[in-house]
Amino acid sequence: MVSTPLSKWKLAAITSAPCGAYMNYAEGLMASNIPTSPQETAVDFQEMGLQDKLLRKPTNQSITRMSVTLQCPGYPEDTLRSLAERLPCRETQLATLLALMGQPDQYSYPSVFIYGHRATGKSHVVLSIMKDLELPHASVDCVECVSSGLLFHQVLSAFFGPDAAALLPRCPSLSDFVRLYKQMSSNSPATQTRYIILDRAERMRDMDFSLLPALLRLQELVNDNVTVILLSEIVWEKFRPNTGCFEPLLFHFPDYSKAELVQILSWDHHPSYTPELYASYINILLGVFFSVCRDLRELRHLAVLNFSKFCEPLEKGEAKESDIHKLWKNIEPHLQRAMQTVYLREVSSVQWEQQQMDEKEATTLRVLSAHAHIELPYYSKFLLIAAYLASFNPARTDRRFFLKSHGKIRKTNFLKKHEKTSNHLLGPKPFPLDRLMAIFYSVVDSRVAPTASIFSQISSLVTLQLLSQVGHDDQLDSPKYKCSVSLDFILAISRTVGFDVVKYLYDFL
Amino acid sequence: KNLKCVGFEGTGQYYSNLKSRYGNNIDTCNIAQLLAPSIIDLSKTFYCHLGVNVPDHAMTFRSLCNLLQDSVTPFVVSVHAKECAGVCKQNEMLISYLKSFFTLVCQATLTIRIIDLLQKCTQVSPKRKENLAKNDLPVVVIFKDFEAFNSQVLQDFILICSRYTQELPFVFIFGIATSPSAIQHRLPHSVSSLLCIEVFHSLSCTQHLASVFDKLILNSQFPFKLSSRVIQVLVGIFLYHDFSVQNFVKGLQFSMLEHFNSQPLSVLCCQKHEALLSAKILSKQNVERIRHLPSFMRYVETQEPQEQVRLLTNDEHVKEVCQKLLKNLHTYHKNYYPILQCLHSLTSSLPKFPLGKHIRELHVSCIEKNLWETEEYDSALQLLRILAKDELVAALRSCAEILKSANTKRMQNVLQQLEDFLGRLEALQGKSDSVSKMEYQRTDLFQLQKTLLEKESRRTKRMNPFEVLRSQVIDFIDSLVREYLTPAEFQPLNEVCYYSSSGVLRQRLNVTPRTSIQAALTHPFYYLKNESLKTNTGTISSAAPDLCIVYKLHLECGRLINLYDWLEAYVTVMSAAEDQDTNSEECGKFDSLKHARFIQAVSEMEFLGFVKSTKQKTDHVARLTWGGC
Repeated sequence: MVSTPLSKWKLAAITSAPCGAYMNYAEGLMASNIPTSPQETAVDFQEMGLQDKLLRKPTNQSITRMSVTLQCPGYPEDTLRSLAERLPCRETQLATLLALMGQPDQYSYPSVFIYGHRATGKSHVVLSIMKDLELPHASVDCVECVSSGLLFHQVLSAFFGPDAAALLPRCPSLSDFVRLYKQMSSNSPATQTRYIILDRAERMRDMDFSLLPALLRLQELVNDNVTVILLSEIVWEKFRPNTGCFEPLLFHFPDYSKAELVQILSWDHHPSYTPELYASYINILLGVFFSVCRDLRELRHLAVLNFSKFCEPLEKGEAKESDIHKLWKNIEPHLQRAMQTVYLREVSSVQWEQQQMDEKEATTLRVLSAHAHIELPYYSKFLLIAAYLASFNPARTDRRFFLKSHGKIRKTNFLKKHEKTSNHLLGPKPFPLDRLMAIFYSVVDSRVAPTASIFSQISSLVTLQLLSQVGHDDQLDSPKYKCSVSLDFILAISRTVGFDVVKYLYDFL
Repeated sequence: KNLKCVGFEGTGQYYSNLKSRYGNNIDTCNIAQLLAPSIIDLSKTFYCHLGVNVPDHAMTFRSLCNLLQDSVTPFVVSVHAKECAGVCKQNEMLISYLKSFFTLVCQATLTIRIIDLLQKCTQVSPKRKENLAKNDLPVVVIFKDFEAFNSQVLQDFILICSRYTQELPFVFIFGIATSPSAIQHRLPHSVSSLLCIEVFHSLSCTQHLASVFDKLILNSQFPFKLSSRVIQVLVGIFLYHDFSVQNFVKGLQFSMLEHFNSQPLSVLCCQKHEALLSAKILSKQNVERIRHLPSFMRYVETQEPQEQVRLLTNDEHVKEVCQKLLKNLHTYHKNYYPILQCLHSLTSSLPKFPLGKHIRELHVSCIEKNLWETEEYDSALQLLRILAKDELVAALRSCAEILKSANTKRMQNVLQQLEDFLGRLEALQGKSDSVSKMEYQRTDLFQLQKTLLEKESRRTKRMNPFEVLRSQVIDFIDSLVREYLTPAEFQPLNEVCYYSSSGVLRQRLNVTPRTSIQAALTHPFYYLKNESLKTNTGTISSAAPDLCIVYKLHLECGRLINLYDWLEAYVTVMSAAEDQDTNSEECGKFDSLKHARFIQAVSEMEFLGFVKSTKQKTDHVARLTWGGC
């Protein structure tokens, strides 16, 4: 008989935790689920009142949130206060989590699932709570756990010391873990709730299929006061195993709103400038980037990157701190340029600054454009071109392109229906080595001996991932390849060897 | 929270092999050396962007690794994509590598917690701890071939390392052969945002080749020389096939080996005084060999009849002449290279590069034939004759710089003359400055035509002083070229120093395995040297090995081969050898021995990749090559 998750939940609630915690939890959930009003996304400086925008201070909304006081019995109050200060814009989540945890000695809900986008402070909040309140916890990153044994090892050594972990057999199964845990916890029963925090929990899905359901009800299995907290970027629906399992409490961390981002980013202001200046700088930055990027981490990177440029007029004495308009005029083109490389992270801050220095010589970003080409030996280029032709032309049309007296075959006459769609839309098709070599010999203008180095060039093209090998069997007799480069790339390559590749492409007839 | 990543490029160690051979001190210009001190200061990520010359990378990274270990941190691990099939594997590699730095025997069998291990390690080695503050030492991980790594493994590895950057700084070096955008193709933003990236570019391999060429070939210090054909083969392999400087140097080494091995007169191919000494004690056989050298025969023909007789009969005299000729050869080389460089610096700035963009092209055409007889040379001179003054002066200055380093008497003379010309040109400059004011006025079409015509006629008649001087300079350069850049083949005794069998080199370095297999199968005599195997082309000798017979028979078939027909044809050939009467009953029948031999031959064919079994038709095999006899 399968018991419904709800009944289990009730059971857990009755046996372990006081009702107050759950009441608080429900309130918190309500508060956290209030949809934040959609901020304006398209930004146009000309239309919006510039001055107004630049001088906008952190809004009232966030200030009122700061004043939410945390009341949670069982934990020291000043620690809670400092915790709340250290976690700006996450007060409601903090309060909810604390309420959910209840007092240290009370049983907590067996498993909590926390989800939210990247850089919304999930692990930071949870780990700060654990560290500041000095709760017994085991923090495991699932990326590290290539086998479940590693996970067990880490959990046991965090709770009971490395000696306990050493008792695990060489390839521990789940039951080994549970047995050992029980044994250990009977020796040292939990005085406080123990927490197992699993970061990047989505990796658990690739591990043993019984692991996730078992961890979700670990409290029942080991009969100990233990709570499993799962952190993930994706929603619970993608986790649920098809055999059914205990449903964890779902808890969402919403994205930061624009005002919250301003508040957080203003935290790391430069010591030699006033916080107001930095806040207005952040406002400008967000005005440009908020429409394309809301990742806190990326925004922070951008803020650090461009701040020195922003301060340049101040250092030169050309403007004062109050001259926001002038400063904005100065920084705006740089930000626009930085927009082109947002998320790319091609250059470090030092190189970025160097680029900004000699921007007068090169208006476009050099790292992006200038080094996009690849140096290849002469025949490798032709091999790549031949591979491209073989990948994107139907094999039947080879006669037309590579035979001298092919007669007049009109495109429309000998087409099959499915061939009418552009091959470039369908993507590259695999081709055998024979065909590649045949096209290669007819494309390259001089006589080439079929030397060993020609064949080794093919394999080095595969290593560079310009070609990819298709299929794994029958490799010795007739290997098949696909060309995995773009049209632009092949056009650039063929230009360097003076070969008009478009003339040979069936799609462009 | 950024990971520390550093990358660089090490270049120029390619000569190290040659260095020992020549005993010559060639500077290895190592960019990594310049960078090494800065690694500790920088908390950045560096990518190493190398060309596609895969064989060279190993060497670059090896030297980089050594350099880092010597100067920055003992924790340098360099990993190869093949060794890292999974994260687990990669971590094991990393751990076992780091373990080897210390004497500690770790009990931890397979643990992913690199950190625990590392901290254990660092605690145990007090010696290192004293010298270096523990926290400053980054762990450098070199990914030799970034493209070949499984991107999932790489992502996981970076994520794991990013968790420990607080405790232990990590530095990654990615060797990228294609372009920096490969990073974005391989790593998603969530991972690449953990890195702080800096990109380094290595010298392009053509530049690299040029520097190797300058130091090893365009240098009069080394007595061993390559003929134009050999250079073309080596450079061709480089440019067309592999872009590998290492392979180029190997080719050079091979040709050297081949030269000293195949040419007995190479005893004379050494430094000048040694060569003269060994010329004195030449054996009788070698003297005879010298007489048979084509260049020496040509030299003899130009001599007086009396002298000719002496050269052909008197060994001692040959030895004396030989010493003289060797001296001449050395002076020829000493003068040749400076003039070659001068000519290159003059012509390399001309539009369309009539004499080639690179000095090696110029060198090849110089040692091949008389340069001044070529059209390219004429067009280059014509272009030189219309150079503007400042360009000409600049070019001559650079020539003078080159000549300053040459220390023969003749070159000093040339330098003197060149400086003389330069002085005259400068003197001219002072004069012409005052005259060179131009007046602008409106002209109609008719007037323009008239003035143009006038100018045309004037040009042919008289030239201004600068033009006179310019043509003198160009004539001077022309005379230099005619005097010093004579082809090496015309120098007597050039065979001693020049390795010229390009065919052998091509055969050895640019191998064609398939062609040689086919040659072996069609003409077994070529390899087996058995007289009975000599046949006319087109016929099948029954004395040939079974494999050859089967191969020749299969050439006549189409894509699918009927095994039974093939067997019958084979038996026919075999029985023809036994001189059986074609009408007898035995013909067409075959015993089990022949059957077995046939089956073995066919399976050998399959092993060589000429046929394979097919399911399209029963009792048939598919041909994997195309083309008939």
